Amino acid sequence: MAKHDVTLTAPAVTSQAKPSSRQTAFVLALLALALLAPLGIYPVFLMKALCFALFASAFNLLLGYVGLLSFGHAMFFGWSAYVTAHAAKEWGLTPELAILAGMALSAVMGTVVGWLAIRRQGIYFAMITLALAQLMFFLAVQAPFTHGEDGIQGVPRGRLFGLIDLSDTVTMYYFVLAVFVAALLFLYRVVHSPFGQILKAIRDNEPRAVSLGYQVERYKLLAFVLSATLAGLAGSLKSLVFQLASLADVHWHASGEVVLMTLLGGVGTVFGPTAGAFLVVTIQNTFAEAGSWVTIIQGVIFVVCVLAFRSGIVGVVARFLKKHGIQA
Amino acid sequence: MLTKALTGAVAALALMAGTAHAQYSDNKIKIGVLTDLSGTYSDLAGQGSVAAAQMAIEDFGGKLNGMPIELVSADHQNKADIASSIARKWYDTEQVDAIFDLVTTAAAVAVREVSREKGRIDMNSGAGSTVLTNDKCSPTGFHWTYDVYAMAVGTGNAVVKQGGDSWFFLTADYAFGHDLEAQTARVVKANGGTVKGAVRHPFPNSDFSSFLLQAQASGAKIIGLANAGSDTINAIKQAKEFGITQGGQSLAGLLVFISDVHSLGLETAQGMMLTTGYYWDRDDASRTWAKRWSERMKGRMPTMVHAGVYSSVLHYLRSIQAAKTDEGAKVAEQIRTLPIKDFFAVNGKVRADGRMVHDMYLAKVKTPAESKGPWDYYNILRTIPGDEAFKPLADSTCPLVKK
Amino acid sequence: MTTIFGIPAAALFGQLLLGLINGAFYAMLSLGLALIFGLLNIINFSHGAQYMMGAFVAWLLLTYAGAGYWVALAVAPVLVAVVGIVIERTMLSRLYKLDHLYGLLLTFGLALIIEGAFRQLYGISGMPYAVPKELAGGWNLGFMYLPIYRGWVVLASAVLCLGTWFAIEKTKLGAYLRAATENPALVQAMGVNVPVMITLTYGFGVALAAFAGVLAAPVYSVNPMMGSNLIIVVFAVVVIGGMGSIMGSVLTGFLLGLLEGLTKVFYPEAAATVIFMVMVVVLLVKPAGLFGKGA
Repeated sequence: MAKHDVTLTAPAVTSQAKPSSRQTAFVLALLALALLAPLGIYPVFLMKALCFALFASAFNLLLGYVGLLSFGHAMFFGWSAYVTAHAAKEWGLTPELAILAGMALSAVMGTVVGWLAIRRQGIYFAMITLALAQLMFFLAVQAPFTHGEDGIQGVPRGRLFGLIDLSDTVTMYYFVLAVFVAALLFLYRVVHSPFGQILKAIRDNEPRAVSLGYQVERYKLLAFVLSATLAGLAGSLKSLVFQLASLADVHWHASGEVVLMTLLGGVGTVFGPTAGAFLVVTIQNTFAEAGSWVTIIQGVIFVVCVLAFRSGIVGVVARFLKKHGIQA
Repeated sequence: MLTKALTGAVAALALMAGTAHAQYSDNKIKIGVLTDLSGTYSDLAGQGSVAAAQMAIEDFGGKLNGMPIELVSADHQNKADIASSIARKWYDTEQVDAIFDLVTTAAAVAVREVSREKGRIDMNSGAGSTVLTNDKCSPTGFHWTYDVYAMAVGTGNAVVKQGGDSWFFLTADYAFGHDLEAQTARVVKANGGTVKGAVRHPFPNSDFSSFLLQAQASGAKIIGLANAGSDTINAIKQAKEFGITQGGQSLAGLLVFISDVHSLGLETAQGMMLTTGYYWDRDDASRTWAKRWSERMKGRMPTMVHAGVYSSVLHYLRSIQAAKTDEGAKVAEQIRTLPIKDFFAVNGKVRADGRMVHDMYLAKVKTPAESKGPWDYYNILRTIPGDEAFKPLADSTCPLVKK
Repeated sequence: MTTIFGIPAAALFGQLLLGLINGAFYAMLSLGLALIFGLLNIINFSHGAQYMMGAFVAWLLLTYAGAGYWVALAVAPVLVAVVGIVIERTMLSRLYKLDHLYGLLLTFGLALIIEGAFRQLYGISGMPYAVPKELAGGWNLGFMYLPIYRGWVVLASAVLCLGTWFAIEKTKLGAYLRAATENPALVQAMGVNVPVMITLTYGFGVALAAFAGVLAAPVYSVNPMMGSNLIIVVFAVVVIGGMGSIMGSVLTGFLLGLLEGLTKVFYPEAAATVIFMVMVVVLLVKPAGLFGKGA
């Protein structure tokens, strides 16, 4: 990657070790908004957006901070959804255990896939992850426990820790929100840790990181596994929200969508993927009954983002604020 | 920097703030037609089902006790997840009272789960699997037009009696295909025939050549097509291309609609046996309705799914009138109580498991010489009484059936 | 009935033939991808959509202009190539200085637009396209029944792939192309207009995809989604073969098609996944691909 003038990340957005008080205030305001949102907005929609926001944030760890474009992240998302749905429905596990089962599988898959894929870089990495995801898609079609085209339906949301009944939509929403916030905090910590700094060093100049004595492969693999596991968490949550795990979540369309969300929101920014996910899910909802228009619009957004809008929403907003002299 | 970045998320939140919060409304009746508007099954269901529902509303008078009756429709693309999320949205935010058609079993079961949870009505016309009135039955869920049991009883019996006693199945790889294969295999074996094997193909599929070669290698006399719509059409055409029918093996379409016969043409389809719940040219009442439907649908003729959607919507509206409420459980009670008498179901009745029992017909596709005009396709060989066509209630695994 | 290893000969040869036909499509598509990658350094994600466009142009020509199969075989690749050239000039050319992944993302977006538009216009159930009457019918080879058209597909694609190989490896134009792949600046200095060459190469790669699409129309029926599932398999083919050599990508395509056919005879459940499994093995043993020149 180092030989090119521009990498896939938005250079306008730099990270700071500690958030300023204004930043903290803004995050708290956003959190307050999220807590009140179900009063005015259909909670199922909000939960869907949060699941995809988490998925995109997990994906962004890899693309934004390591510079690896995975075109197969749906395999973690979708398979984790299957395992969670199966665990909750057939084994009768409580939701938190079902989710952990899903994440465990994603972590294992992430290790194997990552180990294979990091042997190649750039475009090859993208094609390999896509091909492996297709392999996992076909396995999902054939594996009996996934029920093929029917998917696993009627998944019980169950009682959290055996106590809190999640079948109520609003309760479920706050659970999803809590998990989402915790995961985002975790990602924020990872990115700003020494580990995160090394990842960025690898992204910006891999040969240099190697010459400094870092075992680049190990860092890449660990980042891959983390990203896969959190993508799995997102898929697990989604299967409980919709009480359904289906082939749509393992399909390459889902892999493409998460790339789109991240690109649209702003690659390599903490909140970009969330913004992108909310926007894309809104578009999906608005045009849900209009057939293929969703696909066409997504394609157009891809093209526009790549040609004219490479720093994404967050990058543009940051530039706008900077131009008008507003300090963070 | 971080804070500025958040603006995007806020903007996105504001964008969807227009979506209204769920609220149940009693001052109008709203019915949804959820079907395949663009895919494999769009000819046999699709826009034609929407038109049929519209006709039922008009024939009912467009109003119920002064309340307007509204119709919404959407494309589930034969996908369980899309069907489930549209149904959820309809029930939660758009005050939809009942959902109709629901072609494709995967989508139908997904909607069944949501409807049961919300206590709303779903009335299937397009989907075929018997799970809808067995394991997945619901107090507020109904199965109207046909199911794979009836298909197997009709076509399976007839083909075996003509000497087709060894079978190989080409099966669409989802619940409906599996069920159709299982029911037909049962009928074949009960009549002393044998099943030599089966191969599952993805749904939907365009290239059947390698599956057909497997079927050919099995040496079975009959290749049973446990699929539907354009999958059936493509399989029949490609069997011809690979010389399979010339080689002495016969194809049996286990679920064939008149729209499929139309696509294949009589030259290819002639002599085929099939089971149907409705044929437009059967009697005066069926002809009159078909003509009206045809005027709206550019001269096509309705399939049994279209006729079933009309019949189920009309029966729903009558039941809601009798129940004097649109509350799911009470309407469902009336749906089970009221008799069904229309051009589609002459003597229909709804059972405890949600199955609407009515007569089915065994038909044979005419030769080009026999056909007197466009859409003159079937000779009705016999009427299969409802109690013989559908699975006996005593065998149902539906928990609602008291034993 | 004759049997080989307990498998009826008709089934074995039949599946191998079907595998060879699939392989012909893998070969044509991976050849186009390799050509484009060689000079432009991008992976053309819209290759599958352009293949689908080829088939659709053939169907449209027949339906609205009454032009038959042979006309379509000549005209469709040119028309689709023109669309490709416009895409290259107006969009792709702006990205050459950026990370190569942007090219991948752009062409992915284009693929979504093209497929979405065709789905919106024509649905997904697919349009039948009849086998041309010159190639209708079949030969009974004794051990199997061979539809003439399927034989023609294998023949046509083999000729096309060999022709392309010859043009690139044995002609002067091909020599410029190979030189430009190695060192564009030097070739430009020698007076060759490299940007035009890049445009034409993209156009040619796209034309190959469209040609494959027309060939596919009578076999698979014309469907907006016909390219998207195929292209992922072709990506795996490309990873297995490595993109270093023209002949390599062609051979890999045909061989993997045959392998898929064999799998359908012996273990049909794995037929959809066998190519991806091979890819995993190749990545473990020879990460650069069978014919690759390093990562």
